[in-house]
Order: sequence, then C-alpha cells, then structure tokens
Amino acid sequence: MSILVNSETRVICQGFTGGQGTFHSEQAIAYGTKMVGGVTPGKGGQTHLGLPVFNTVYEAVSATGAEASVIYVPAPFCKDSILEAALAGIQLIVCITEGVPTLDMLDAKVKCDELGVRLIGPNCPGVITPGQCKIGIMPAEIHLPGRVGIVSRSGTLTYEAVKQTTDVGYGQSTCVGIGGDPIPGSHFIDILDLFEKDDSTEAIVMIGEIGGTAEEEAAEFIRHNVTKPVVSYIAGVTAPKGKRMGHAGAIISGGKGTADEKFAALEGAGVKTVRSLADIGAALTEITGW
Amino acid sequence: MNLHEYQGKALFAEYGLPVSIGHAVESAEAAIEAATKIGGDQWVVKAQVHAGGRGKAGGVKLIDSPQAAGDFAKQWLGERLVTYQTDAAGQPVSRILVESCTDIAEELYLGAVVDRASRRIVFMASTEGGVEIEKVAEETPDKILKAEVDPLVGAQPFQGRDLAFRLGLSGVQIKQFVTIFLGLAKLFQEKDLALIEVNPLVITEEGNLHCLDAKVVVDSNALYRQPALQEMHDPSQEDEREAHAAQWELNYVALDGSIGCMVNGAGLAMGTMDIVKLHGGSPANFLDVGGGATKERVTEAFKIILSDTNVKAVLINIFGGIVRCDLIAEGVIGAVEEVGVEVPVVVRLEGNNAALGREVLANSGLNIEAAESLTDAAQKVVAAAGGVQ
Repeated sequence: MSILVNSETRVICQGFTGGQGTFHSEQAIAYGTKMVGGVTPGKGGQTHLGLPVFNTVYEAVSATGAEASVIYVPAPFCKDSILEAALAGIQLIVCITEGVPTLDMLDAKVKCDELGVRLIGPNCPGVITPGQCKIGIMPAEIHLPGRVGIVSRSGTLTYEAVKQTTDVGYGQSTCVGIGGDPIPGSHFIDILDLFEKDDSTEAIVMIGEIGGTAEEEAAEFIRHNVTKPVVSYIAGVTAPKGKRMGHAGAIISGGKGTADEKFAALEGAGVKTVRSLADIGAALTEITGW
Repeated sequence: MNLHEYQGKALFAEYGLPVSIGHAVESAEAAIEAATKIGGDQWVVKAQVHAGGRGKAGGVKLIDSPQAAGDFAKQWLGERLVTYQTDAAGQPVSRILVESCTDIAEELYLGAVVDRASRRIVFMASTEGGVEIEKVAEETPDKILKAEVDPLVGAQPFQGRDLAFRLGLSGVQIKQFVTIFLGLAKLFQEKDLALIEVNPLVITEEGNLHCLDAKVVVDSNALYRQPALQEMHDPSQEDEREAHAAQWELNYVALDGSIGCMVNGAGLAMGTMDIVKLHGGSPANFLDVGGGATKERVTEAFKIILSDTNVKAVLINIFGGIVRCDLIAEGVIGAVEEVGVEVPVVVRLEGNNAALGREVLANSGLNIEAAESLTDAAQKVVAAAGGVQ
C-alpha cells in the first residue's frame, strides 16, 4: 500500500506538450508511472511521447479512465485547469506551478472540497510512491521504496529528508509536497490522516516552515489522531519578521507563525523535533528503534 | 506588494468609500498650493512611506496654514522616516499627502485578510481603532469581531449589518458601515488584495463614518492582471539589493550576519541559515537561486551577496534535483572567476552528479572548499568566517 498514488494510478498531464510538461512527463514515464495521455487545447488527436493528446480533460478521462492529473500550465491558467480537472471527474489533482494568485486558490479549493476532489499544491514538487508512481518534478534516483511517509511545504527540504531516509535504508512509503503557498490544496492534517491509516507507512517525517498555523493545527491533530512516530523539522528559526522568505506563504506576520511557536506546539504533542535538518535520519532511528 | 496611503485612498474613492479630500505632492510649492486648493483652516500632512507608526515618528502633522504644509514638505521630502516598523535607516519620503482635516469623535478598526486557517477572506472589526490591532488581538481577542466571506457568493449586506450592530453603531451609521464593508470586499476581490486596513475608521463629530487611513497590500502573484496596480509599485521603498535581486528572479532578503548564503529552494535556503546559526555563525542573507542555477544567475547572486560588506565567507548549498551538480560546479567556478570573490567559499553539493561536481571544484585551483555534508559545510563556513560568535 501507499497513499494517494500507486503503480495502478492512471495519470494525465495538463500542459502536456509544453516544455515543463514534456520534460517531466518523459521522466515520469521512464520511472514507470502509468501515464495514459495528456491535454493541450488545440492539439487533440496528436500523439506526444507515444501517448494520446486531448483537447479537454473530459475527453481524456472518457478515453483513458484517468484518475489523476498533474498540472504544469502557467500560473494565470491554473485555476481554470484545476476546475476543469475537478469537474471532469479527476480524483487527484497535483498542481506544480508556482505563482498562482491567492484568490484563485480560494475558489479552486472550495470547489475541489465540494466535489470531494483531492488537490495537492500548487507551488510544490508533487507526489511520489517510490518504485511505483512519480507525479512531479522530484529527482527520482534519491528515492527508495520503504516505510517512512514524508510530507513537506518545501521541495528541496523534502529531497533532504528523502536522501537521509534512503541513506539509512528505511526508504519512503509516499512523499507528498504540499507546497509553499498560503492556501494549499491539502494541509498537513489531510496527509497525516492518510499516513496514519496507511499500512506501509510506519513512521512520518513532517517538514514545516514559518508562516501560518498549519503546523500548530497538525500538532493538535497528531496529539489526538496519530499513533505512529513523527519526526519534524521547521525551517526559518533565523527568519526576520514581516519578510517573505521565497515562498508566498513563508512570512511571519503580526508576530505570528514563528518557527519557535511551531516547534513548541509539535513538542507539546509528543513529536520528535530536530533543530538541524541534517538530523532527520538520526532522529528517526532514535524514536523507532530501527 | 505594498501601496502608499494616497494610492490606497485613491482606490477607496474609486469604490465610493468616504475618504478625505487630498493631494499627494512632491514639492513644498505644490504642498502650499494643495492646501490652498483644499481650503478650510486646518489640514493634515502625512509623509508617504511603506510603514506604520508614522504619527509617533513625526511623519504626520496637523497644521493651520498652507505655509506650514510647505514647511512640513521641506522638512521631509528627500529625508528618511524612521518608525518602529522600519529599520534604523528608515524609509525615503518622496511624497507628502496634504488632506482636509477631520473632526474625530471615535476611532474604530476595519480590516480584511486572506485567512490561511479558514481559507476565506476574513473581515475584522473592532471598537479599538487607531492602535496596533495585533496588540488588541493578543490582549483582548474578544474585542475583535469577525466575518468570513464565502468565496462562492461574496460578502453579503447582512454580514455588514451584523458587524455594525455589534460595534454599537446606530441610525445612519449602519447603512454607512454596510456600504464601506461591501465596498472594501469588492475592492479586495477585484484588485487581488492580500490585506486591507482602515485604521482608524472614524466616527466624525457629525456622526458619520470616514476612512482616515488606508493600508493596502496586493497579492504579488496577481499583478500580471492588475496593470493599474503595477503602475503603483514604488521600488524606492524596498531594500535596494532585494529589488535588484528580484529583477534577476532571485529571492534575496538581507540579514545582519557575516555568512553569505546561496541556496536552491526557499525551504532549503531557510534551513541553511538555521544550520549556520546552530553551529555558531550568523547568516548575512536569505538567497534562493531557484531551480535553474545557471552561471549567469550564480554570478549575479555572488555580486548581490558580496555587495554586503559584512560578508566574511560564503556558503553555497545546492541540492541538485533535476539539474546536474557538475554543471552547477562549473557555474560556481565561472562566477568566482568573473566576480573575483576574495572571501572563502564553502560549497556543499548533493544529489544529481554530486561527486563529479565536488571533483570539478577540487580541481579548479580556486579558494573553494567542498564540504562532505550539510553539517560539515556549516562548520567549515563558520570557521572560515572567523569562528563561533
């Protein structure tokens, strides 16, 4: 088992024939992801990377039975692409694009929730179940099929955690980048819930950062609902207040959303926290006894 | 992106909200002329900077002659205003807002933000206007009234009425408040705002509601579809290096330490600063070179980092995902040669072709130290910058 995606998940790509869509779809196909086609309006009927291209997501779903879609279209078109996928019957939407307007995400999120569609991202590396299915821009070779579930707001910090869990031989069940935007499609809690219920996930790594209160909410959720061991790292102890640190959502505003508050909340919920991101693998060893 | 008060008030006026008659001026002569044109016997002059706390810092003044408007303009134009919200250098003043004077009976607060927890635009109102609302929220949270806007139907008049009654307003004020509430909500949604604040929203001595200040923050991601707001961008209010970095699509934030950091990925860039600090050093900046760490971008990043004279050593931390580390190593070498970097440089490469990248660096003959791990990199760069502080 795994969460969100596995070797059977049929995936399409929106923005399939563009530069990003082409490059990362090639990588996904090479990894063994069950890519079944793609969507580029106006290019329906063509073949790209050996797969059919459709004009609309609805056509793609009808023809291929696709369940998941990965979105590489430019930011101004993401809301439209997300809504198109959600209304065409796609169950899992992964939006990689950075720079989507916040108000677009409010609308898209409400509609996805209403339809019961899972949205991951935007501004994220994507989702991977090692050895089975890679949807996104993460480097494949650092992953190893295994037993740690990883969820993170940052792409490169996810890779750090992946590398460490691979180096010590634990591997990953599924890795989910929820993205660095203020309004993500899925929050930590959504993914923690899935990991808790997933048989192949034996421990969880959660990587947060400054801004918002998603980590505090996750701490409260963990306290009441998560029985598996959790290791957590929060980036941005040294970040100044009121400054946006790269990610749209990484900002301490009105004195709220500091790393110290988040560390404290997680420690209060029994989570093993690390102050150095280099210590994630060692902390897992310590709390799991592996 | 922040707007100036005069720009925010122009938007308010466009949406039919009650603001004072005013003119933003750039010279003493224009200030005198503006006050004369507005008429009356009292005016308020306000230095336009992207920071709160202007009143206490002397940047806002009540005056009783047009000549005094000119004097205030002369005093502030070209100077920097230091408030509790700015750094020690303050923000440059290039415009003065000259306004008609308003008689104040009471000060309220009305604002809206995109609330991340509820995933809604949330309005906040309070009878405690004119002060720091964060303080009110912390000390007396029950004095903050809230209304959530449903993204699918927008703000509704009943929500405005509800807030108005709970604020203790009465009579014609209820209608006035609803108009302001709905106008702000429309403005927020149509102009892609991230935050809007009217602090204070005053009740005049005649009993009318009036927007005395305007704080507006625009969602930078949406500027592509807000050309009129793009025009309002004032780069003079931003850190020079940060503005320069932004032109190269580099995310840079200046800090006050001695170790320059160049990293790919925003999260890892923060993590790198944190680990430098953890090992006794002090980061000089946050810098995310992004996914495509090409020679040109690395070169530009070096120039920006080294323009900070406090920098005693540089740590480059790259996790090569899709991009190959040997190419990044070549980019770093090219950049070091071109810029003429004189401080020690420690490089940690991980991921795609990392070993080859380290080899390329080791064979370069330059003052570049390759680190074996993140911890090793942090320790080496702290030592290179003069040891634990």
